[in-house]
Amino acid sequence: MISLQNIRKSYHTDYNSLEVLKGIDLTINQGEFVSIMGSSGSGKSTLLNILGLLDEFDSGEYLLNDAAMDNLSQKQAAMYRNQLLGFVFQSFNLLNFKTAMENVALPLYYQKVDRKKRQALALDYLDRVGLKEWAHHLPTQLSGGQQQRVAIARSLITSPKVILADEPTGALDSKTSHDVMEIFKEVNREGITMIIVTHEEDIAKMTNRIIYLKDGLIEKEETGTISQT
Amino acid sequence: MFDLDNWQEIFNTIRKHKLRTGLTALGVFWGIFMLVFLMGAGKGLENGVTGLFGDRAKNSLYMGGRFTSKPYKGLAPGRSIRLTNEDVAAIRNRFEDEIAYVAPRMWMPSGEVTRNGMSAAFDVRGDGPDLIHIDPIKIIQGRFINQMDLREKRKVAVIGRGVRNVLFEKDEKPIGGYIQFKGVKYLVIGIAKSSRRGNNGMEDEKTIYIPLTTAQQVRNRPNSVGWFACAMHPNVKVSTVEHKIKDLLKERHSVAPNDLQAFWSENIEEEFAEVQGLFFGIRFLVWFVGIGSLLAGVIGVGNIMLIVVKERTKEIGIRKALGATPNSIVSMILLESVFLTTIAGYMGLAAGTVIVSLLNMAVGEGTEFYGNPEVDMGVAVTALIILIICGAITGLIPAMQASRVNPVVALKDE
Ligand SMILES: Nc1ncnc2c1ncn2[C@@H]1O[C@H](COP(=O)(O)OP(=O)(O)OP(=O)(O)O)[C@@H](O)[C@H]1O
Ligand SMILES: [Mg+2]
Repeated sequence: MISLQNIRKSYHTDYNSLEVLKGIDLTINQGEFVSIMGSSGSGKSTLLNILGLLDEFDSGEYLLNDAAMDNLSQKQAAMYRNQLLGFVFQSFNLLNFKTAMENVALPLYYQKVDRKKRQALALDYLDRVGLKEWAHHLPTQLSGGQQQRVAIARSLITSPKVILADEPTGALDSKTSHDVMEIFKEVNREGITMIIVTHEEDIAKMTNRIIYLKDGLIEKEETGTISQT
Repeated sequence: MFDLDNWQEIFNTIRKHKLRTGLTALGVFWGIFMLVFLMGAGKGLENGVTGLFGDRAKNSLYMGGRFTSKPYKGLAPGRSIRLTNEDVAAIRNRFEDEIAYVAPRMWMPSGEVTRNGMSAAFDVRGDGPDLIHIDPIKIIQGRFINQMDLREKRKVAVIGRGVRNVLFEKDEKPIGGYIQFKGVKYLVIGIAKSSRRGNNGMEDEKTIYIPLTTAQQVRNRPNSVGWFACAMHPNVKVSTVEHKIKDLLKERHSVAPNDLQAFWSENIEEEFAEVQGLFFGIRFLVWFVGIGSLLAGVIGVGNIMLIVVKERTKEIGIRKALGATPNSIVSMILLESVFLTTIAGYMGLAAGTVIVSLLNMAVGEGTEFYGNPEVDMGVAVTALIILIICGAITGLIPAMQASRVNPVVALKDE
C-alpha cells in the first residue's frame, strides 16, 4: 500500500536548515495497523504529513497505492487525499460552525456527491461511531471523545484506503482513548490501513506494528499485541 | 460556479458568521448609499438651478435698442434707437439659415386690468406666435397668439395663470371671457403657465400677452418694435450670430460700427453655459466623493476578506486536508466576496433611492435653488456593476492567499 525509500526532508529557516527526516525506508501493506513512536521532535508528524500528502519531501521515493507521489500538483494531491486518505487529528479539527453531520459530510462535498446523498451517508457513519442522536449538534456541544468520533466518521466517509492519525488520543482520557482505539481496530478489520502517531506505550501496543523514530531515522520496529488478520 | 451546492456552502458560512458578514456588507452599503444620495442631492441642485431657466430655448438671444454713444455720419450721439417691423423682417431674411424663430415684442404702458369690477396691475405685452418657442411659457388651456390674430389685429389676450387667479373665480371658465385694459376689451383665448421655478415663474404668470399688431395699433405706433427675442436653429452658436445681427441693425440705423452702447443684448446660451460649468463642478464633486466612498467600501471588503482568510486559515487547512483543491478554495472566497458586495451594494442602492425619493417628496415643488432630487438609475446601476467587479478583484487577493494556505502549518496545534 505504502512504500517509502530513502525519504528525506529538511526545514529551512532564515538562518539555518534542519534535517528532520534523514532517509526513511518503510513499507506498509494494506490492512496493517501501524503506530509510530518516538521522542518529541523526532519527525513523527513530519513523516505522517508526508504520507498524507500534506507536506512535500525533498528526495526519495514514495509510492501510494502503486502510484509515485512526487511532483504532485496541489490539485492532484487534493484528489489523492480526498479519495485514498482519511485524517484524524489530535485536536479533532472539526469546523465549529457546522453540525456533526455537516462535518462528516464535508469530504463528499469535494467529491461532488449530491447533498441529500452525502447527508444520508453522514448519518450512517455517525451511527457507526454511535453518535446518530448528536448529528445536529455543533462540535462545541460535544465532549472531546465525541468530537474525535465525529472526526473518525468524517475520515471514513469516503471509504479511504489509509487512515492517518496524529496523536488521535492525545487529548482524551484513557477510557475514551480506548473507545477510540476500539473503533480504529474495527475499521482496520475491514481492511483499511491504519497509521497512528502516539506517545502512549499502551496505545501503541494495541496496534500490530510499532515503528520507533529517532532523530529522523527508524530506530527499531516491534510487533504489537494484536496480530494481523 | 453556479453549482447549487457551492451556494449552499456559502450561504451556510455567511449565515453562521453574521457579525463578520454584517461588517463587510456595511462598507459597501455605505459606499453605494453615499454615491446614490450625493447624486440625488446634486441632481436636485441642478434641477433647481435649471428650473430658474425653465424650458426657455437655450440657444436664444434677446436684443433691443438704446441710445447711441458715438457721432456717426453727421448724427449726434445720444440718439434713441427704435426698432421697426422692417428691422425684424430684415433680420428674418438675412439670417434665415441661422435663426429659427424671431419674436418681436412691445411693452404696453402699465395700467390696471379690470374685469367684472375686479382690477389689478399686470404686465401687458404685444407679442407674436414665435414667442412660445423661445420663452419658458406653456399654454395650459386654449391657444397662443397666431398669425391670424396678428394680421387682423384682433383684440385677444393670453393670460398667465396668476392673472386668471386674480381676475377669475375658481369655477369660472376664463376662455371666452373678456378683460379690459385702458378702455379696450380683449377676448381671453388662452392660459399660460411658466416653466420657470420660484419667483421668476410667478412673475411670468402675471403677464398678459396680446398680438403685437394690436398693441402697436392701441399705442398708435404701428411700426414700432420694443425689442425682440430669437432662437437659433440647432447647432448654431448664438455668439456667432449675435454680432452679425448687431452689425445689420447698426447699418440700418446709421450707428457707428464701434458703438457698443446703441444696442443691448442678452445671450442665454452663454448664461446657460456658465451654469452648466457650475453643474460640471458639482457633478465632479459628487463623483469624486462618491467614487471615494465606493472605493473605501470596496477596499474595506478586501480588507475584511483578508482578515477573514486569516481567521479562517485553520478552516481552509481542514478543507484542504479533506480534499479541497486550490481552485475550490479560490472560488469559495471569491463567490463569498462577490455575493456580499452585490447584496450589500444592492441594498445601498435601494436605501439611497428611498431616501432620495423621500427627500423629493419633502422638497415638493421645490424652493428657489433646489428642485426635485432624483436618482439616475443608469449611473447607479453602473456603479453597482463596477462595485461587483471591484469586489471580485479585491476578493481575488485574499482568495489567492487562501489557496496558498499550507495545511500543515494551518493545522498545527496551537
Ligand atoms: N514548518 C516547520 N518549519 C521548521 N521546522 C519545523 C517545521 N515543522 C517541524 N519542524 C521541526 O522539525 C522537527 C520535527 O517536527 P515534528 O513535528 O515532526 O516532530 P514530532 O516528532 O511530531 O514531535 P511531537 O512529538 O512533539 O509532535 C522539530 O524539531 C520541529 O521543530
Ligand atoms: Mg507531532
